[in-house]
Amino acid sequence: MNQYLVHFSLVIAISLLLSACEKPSAEVNLYSARKEVLIRPLLEQFTQDTGITVNVISSKADALLKRIESEGINSPADVLLTTDAGRLFRAKSAGVFTPIASDVIESNVPKQYRDSENYWTGLSVRVRPIMVTEEGKKFNLSRYEDLSNPELSGQICIRSSSNIYNQSLVSSLLAASPTEEVETWAKGLVGNMARSPQGGDRDQIRAAAAGQCSIVVANTYYLASMISNEDKSDDFSAGSAMTVIWPNQVEGRGAHVNISGAGVVKSAPNKDNAVKLIEFLSSDKAQEIYANVNFEYPVKADIPLHPVLQKWGEFNADPLNVDYLGEKNADAVKLMDRAGWK
Amino acid sequence: MIIRELSWQLSSLAIASLVFFPLVTLLWVSVDANLEVLTHLAATVLQDYVTTSILLMVGVAILTLCVGVGSAWLVTHFRFTGDSIFSWALLLPLAVPTYITAYSYTGLLDVAGPIQSYIRQFFEIGVGDYWFPEIRSLNGAIFVIGFVLYPYVYLLARSAFMDQSGSLQDVSRLLGFSSKRTFFKITLPIARPAIVAGVSLALMETLADFGAVSYFGLSTFTTGIFRTWYGLDSVSGAAQLALMLLSFIIVLMVIEKHSRKRSGYQSKMRKQPRHTTKLVGASNAIAFTLALTPVLLGFILPMLQLIVWSVQTHAALYTAAFWSLVANTLGLASVTTTIALFLALIIAYANRLAPNRVTSFSKRVAGLGYAVPGTIIAVGTLIPLARLDNTIDAWFRMHFDLSTGLLLSGTLAALIIAYLVRFLAVALSSIDSGLNSISLNIDYAARSLGQAPLKSIQKVHIPMLKGSLITALLIVFVDVMKELPATLILRPFNFNTLAVRAYELASDERLMDASLASLFIVLAGLVPVILLTKASVKR
Repeated sequence: MNQYLVHFSLVIAISLLLSACEKPSAEVNLYSARKEVLIRPLLEQFTQDTGITVNVISSKADALLKRIESEGINSPADVLLTTDAGRLFRAKSAGVFTPIASDVIESNVPKQYRDSENYWTGLSVRVRPIMVTEEGKKFNLSRYEDLSNPELSGQICIRSSSNIYNQSLVSSLLAASPTEEVETWAKGLVGNMARSPQGGDRDQIRAAAAGQCSIVVANTYYLASMISNEDKSDDFSAGSAMTVIWPNQVEGRGAHVNISGAGVVKSAPNKDNAVKLIEFLSSDKAQEIYANVNFEYPVKADIPLHPVLQKWGEFNADPLNVDYLGEKNADAVKLMDRAGWK
Repeated sequence: MIIRELSWQLSSLAIASLVFFPLVTLLWVSVDANLEVLTHLAATVLQDYVTTSILLMVGVAILTLCVGVGSAWLVTHFRFTGDSIFSWALLLPLAVPTYITAYSYTGLLDVAGPIQSYIRQFFEIGVGDYWFPEIRSLNGAIFVIGFVLYPYVYLLARSAFMDQSGSLQDVSRLLGFSSKRTFFKITLPIARPAIVAGVSLALMETLADFGAVSYFGLSTFTTGIFRTWYGLDSVSGAAQLALMLLSFIIVLMVIEKHSRKRSGYQSKMRKQPRHTTKLVGASNAIAFTLALTPVLLGFILPMLQLIVWSVQTHAALYTAAFWSLVANTLGLASVTTTIALFLALIIAYANRLAPNRVTSFSKRVAGLGYAVPGTIIAVGTLIPLARLDNTIDAWFRMHFDLSTGLLLSGTLAALIIAYLVRFLAVALSSIDSGLNSISLNIDYAARSLGQAPLKSIQKVHIPMLKGSLITALLIVFVDVMKELPATLILRPFNFNTLAVRAYELASDERLMDASLASLFIVLAGLVPVILLTKASVKR
């Protein structure tokens, strides 16, 4: 009796061991700077299509980068997903990424939104235009540079300079003009603020609609999500009060854009699946989710936009290589410190 | 005997090294820095960071002192309508994460919020035509943080007041002191160590706060640390700032210790029941209002806002994912709290047994983690743990051609270690102040009756410490549940807590969707509050 039991358990143990070795579970480990709730619909679609399970840790990009660096060659991370180009640049400089060789990605994502050596790729475009209320229309704004005009005193609501999109906006200005000019501009902008910077992008729109200011600089997807949901009536009416102005269209470079993107980690234990995940994120199916659920602009051409985005019309985006935003980020922050932009 | 004492000292030192390693890591990271970042900060924003942080601390200190001590005095010395309810209700604000209270108040009082919109509509005026307090300001932050954190002071002051023997009041009356004079000359000085412990907890948490302060657009030391790391891409610069913050805390601790000198406040008398005054009429109404105000401002108002939002988003409640968040949160908090209490008891008791350099050093170090922002603690834990894991892995690869991978990094153990680094201070301060109020004569008596230290801790001290232990349990439990930054950085794959979920939604400016998770943090926080109440009723 006892012997049977021993044999039986041995068989079980061996078969368990075999099954563990035999079937390398199809999975990919994602370190995501994008909030998990936002990325979930995309990942579920990926698992459905490929059978590959996605394990996620979501946190701040810099913290995730530090974690990958510390974990070293044993890091379980396959893909690092960020919400701005600066962090991709940092990850590349830190030697965390490995180049991706993928024809799919190369044909899906325009060159402007990819690393020149294919260490990372952009996956969605985030635009930061100027928005005005009825009141703000009279200033006839057409360029970011106009925001420092003294006649706009007390009219502008914009969030803190700790925000990455303000930092990248200033970086893009540094590409267009000499540092001293940008610093003067930043000081002028600070002088025109209706209030000390506070809250997020939506809060700026709400404040403008309430009448505290008439000009806002904010990312479009915030505005789009406010006016796409008529159930939340306060936000809907606040958002509807705003008109989007695409800056620097006539002369010069175009509206400032940043990207969200991803790269494959050098020590990735599931490299093939990592590439598959990024390829999927650049595919039509995923790009449509970016456009229709998250209200971002797809990187891939010919993806139908959300009706709200269509209404705002076409615009020229700043063709500056987004790499530059990362390179200049620290300079931009220092400049804003000097200008007294809190 | 000597060996036994040595083992206490060694364990105390070992526990302290848990906190010590992350701090040394911080030092090691900061050495890396070029001075350029620091020079830039000094020339531009550093002064603002320092001024704002100090003003915030002073404001929060005054507010938590007045509210915490005042309310503790009310519920322990007077009988008035609802006093037994207030004695636990006054703890409730602690269960709400500070940033959630900040979000709620902003939603309510902001320029675009319902109150100001109503004012504008009703009087047909525009923004700027009327005066309204700006919630997102230094004063707003003091208000919100103060009313969330005063329970630290209340909790410790209350148990100190309750421990005071009624005979002290008798003596004071006999000497002809008025009750006001009794309070300032006797009750307050005796409770001082406990009150100071409470205020320092509140202040350390204030200094480490990021969520609320950054939402209010204030430039404090902590927001500066993050700006330096994220914006200027300088981890070392951030570490330097964190060390400055830490040195500041150490200086404050030293000043406090010296001002208290070595005067002990141990009660050697037999406990007499305390006298309470029954209030009637107008004084009853005043006491009721005074006790209600902090509960109203720190808990009921923000809660109402959360409930209103939750009603609209309750659908998430019926998903399995949501309940796994609840389970994860409660599990982590229980395990961490148990370990923290155990370790804090060892450190505090070792120091009592042999108050020498080793044990008091351990005690000081173990008390430091709380003031350091969670993210910095997380990085300080991450780096040495990963290094340890990789060293072990390399050794096994070399000798056995076998990879052990990461043993601790990326597991719940790493997360719990980080929690301990940060929250050991909380458990320690409560247990230590409790232990200090037990006369050493009791130890001598226990020892002369032949009880070994371990036995006397079990049989004598723990029963006497019950109140302080439960206080420590409550605070650590609630703190772990609310903890965000370390959880965000160190947690394993596919593992989320209520705080993480609430934060992810709230930081995406979806306050409404975040309300349900926030509400559940509060509900779960009520469990230890009720426990504490039951225990203190028994006493």
